[in-house]
Order: sequence, then structure tokens, then C-alpha cells
Amino acid sequence: MKSAVILFPGTNREKDMADAIERASGRRPDIVWHRETALDGYDLIVVPGGFSYGDYLRCGAMAGNSPIMRAVKDAANRGVAVLGVCNGFQILTETGLLPGALLRNAGLKFICKYTHLKAERCAPPFTQRLTPGQVTEVAVAHNEGNYFADDATLDRLEGEGRIVFRYCDAAGRVDATTNLNGSRRNIAGIVDTTGRVLGMMPHPEDATDAGLGKTEGMPLFESVAEALVSA
Amino acid sequence: MKAKVFVTLKPGVLDPQGKAIEHALGGLGFDGVNEVRQGKVIELDLAAEDEAKAESEVEAMCRKLLANTVIENYRIEIEA
Repeated sequence: MKSAVILFPGTNREKDMADAIERASGRRPDIVWHRETALDGYDLIVVPGGFSYGDYLRCGAMAGNSPIMRAVKDAANRGVAVLGVCNGFQILTETGLLPGALLRNAGLKFICKYTHLKAERCAPPFTQRLTPGQVTEVAVAHNEGNYFADDATLDRLEGEGRIVFRYCDAAGRVDATTNLNGSRRNIAGIVDTTGRVLGMMPHPEDATDAGLGKTEGMPLFESVAEALVSA
Repeated sequence: MKAKVFVTLKPGVLDPQGKAIEHALGGLGFDGVNEVRQGKVIELDLAAEDEAKAESEVEAMCRKLLANTVIENYRIEIEA
């Protein structure tokens, strides 16, 4: 699997992301600077977390309009798998690759903690190694992770099986008490209509190294490595 | 020519910052505040000399970058 991790000024999670991908696929991703305009020959493109452009104007707004994102959009339209985590999810919504937007957390606090996620959509290329209903515990670290979309969009996402993760507790309960940031319908991650563009606020890459405590993010990367075995 | 863009959250979109301001005002004894919604003002100094052209340019800027129309409304004021 040949992969690229996009780097904007202010991105800070590219190394953990690259480590996680390498752990699962055996191949180190290319780190691609935001001024590049072409992304050819990749099976997977990742927009990692951080604070691109200092979160100026809106989180992800500047990055979403940068030249490299036009190349990411083109690649997505060709069927290349695209993963956006945290700020990367915000950027994918700003580019229009994913519906909705990420608002300020309902509690007005930056949330940096472990949280439980319930897997819903378990399909290639991102989540076929998970089983529907499976609960994993991974970290979140965000100030604007409060997913918003209008009711019609939410109904469509649910109807089309495009909700990948919801916030829950250890028992898998999804309700207002397990919704850590105010996201509508507890949504933590969604895919586009093709299923090949995934955006999520939690950080699976932070849970891929036993030495750091958790490996529950590994199935996502193993799924990708399995699904995107390149020629 | 100068322009001002007022970006506000759409009705129905949760505004936790507005809520916090509302509570703070209540704490200061301002009892008559029913609701607070926070937005932002963006001031532009434009080369355009024609008012209609300036407005259509700013309109395009709002749609492309200045506002996220999924969650925000915008209003443009041109100052001739």
C-alpha cells in the first residue's frame, strides 16, 4: 500500500499517523507538503490532525482551500481512499468531501481523554476488521469536534449506513450521557457516498503501539492495509 | 471601497459561546437577556470601484471561504 500523509503548517499528528500506517502495512507513507499540487500513484491519502493555519477563520477553512486539497479531491474522485482524522475531518468537511461541519464542543472545553466508540459501518476499506457494535477505546483531543448536520442529512447518513463510529460508554450505550462533545446523534465518524472517504474526530493512530498503552486503533489500519494491497 | 461581512450561525445551530456570554451577562445582573448569539465581522478594503461589482466579488468570497454555509449565514455591507 502506497500512502501519503498531508502536512500543513500547524499539522502536528503526521508522525504518529505515519507510524501507525507503517506498523499495519510495512511501508512508510510519504509526507507531502501542502504546497504540492499533485498526488499520483497513492492508494491512501491521509489528512492528519493538528491545527492547520492556526485554526484561523474556522478550523480547516484555510487548509480546505489550499492547492493540495484540490489534488486530494481529484484523487478521491478517482476512487483513492482518503482518511481525515480530527483536524483532517474538519478539513474534509470544509472541502465538501464529507457533509456537515464540526462546531465548538458543547461544553466549551478542549477535550483530551480516552473515549469509547461504537463501530457501526464495518466495511472495506477502513473498518472490515471491526464487527458492528464492537466497542473500542481511543483518545480524542479537540476543541471543535461537535458534529453538526441538518436532520435531512443525518437521516440520509443513517439510511445509507454511512455512520462509522458513535460516542458511547464501555457497555456500548449511545445516548446524551455518553455524548462527550455535543455531536448530533453522537456521531464521531462518517464516510462519503462511496465509502472511500472517512472522517473521524478520535485518533485511532494514538492507539496502535502497545508500548504506549493501547492498540485498539490497529484494526482500522489493518483494514486499510488489507483492503488496499497495491500492485 | 470598503465592505463588511457579518457571519452568524444559522438559527438552530448550537452556539455554546453565545450561551456562555448569556450566562455571564445574567451573572452580572443583566436580567433582560433572552438569548445571545455570537458571530464575527470581517472588514475588507477592495480595489473595486463599482459597488455592484464589489458586492458580487464579496458574495463569491463568502461562498468560497468567509462563511461555511452549512452552519453560517452571511450579510454584506458595502460602504461606498
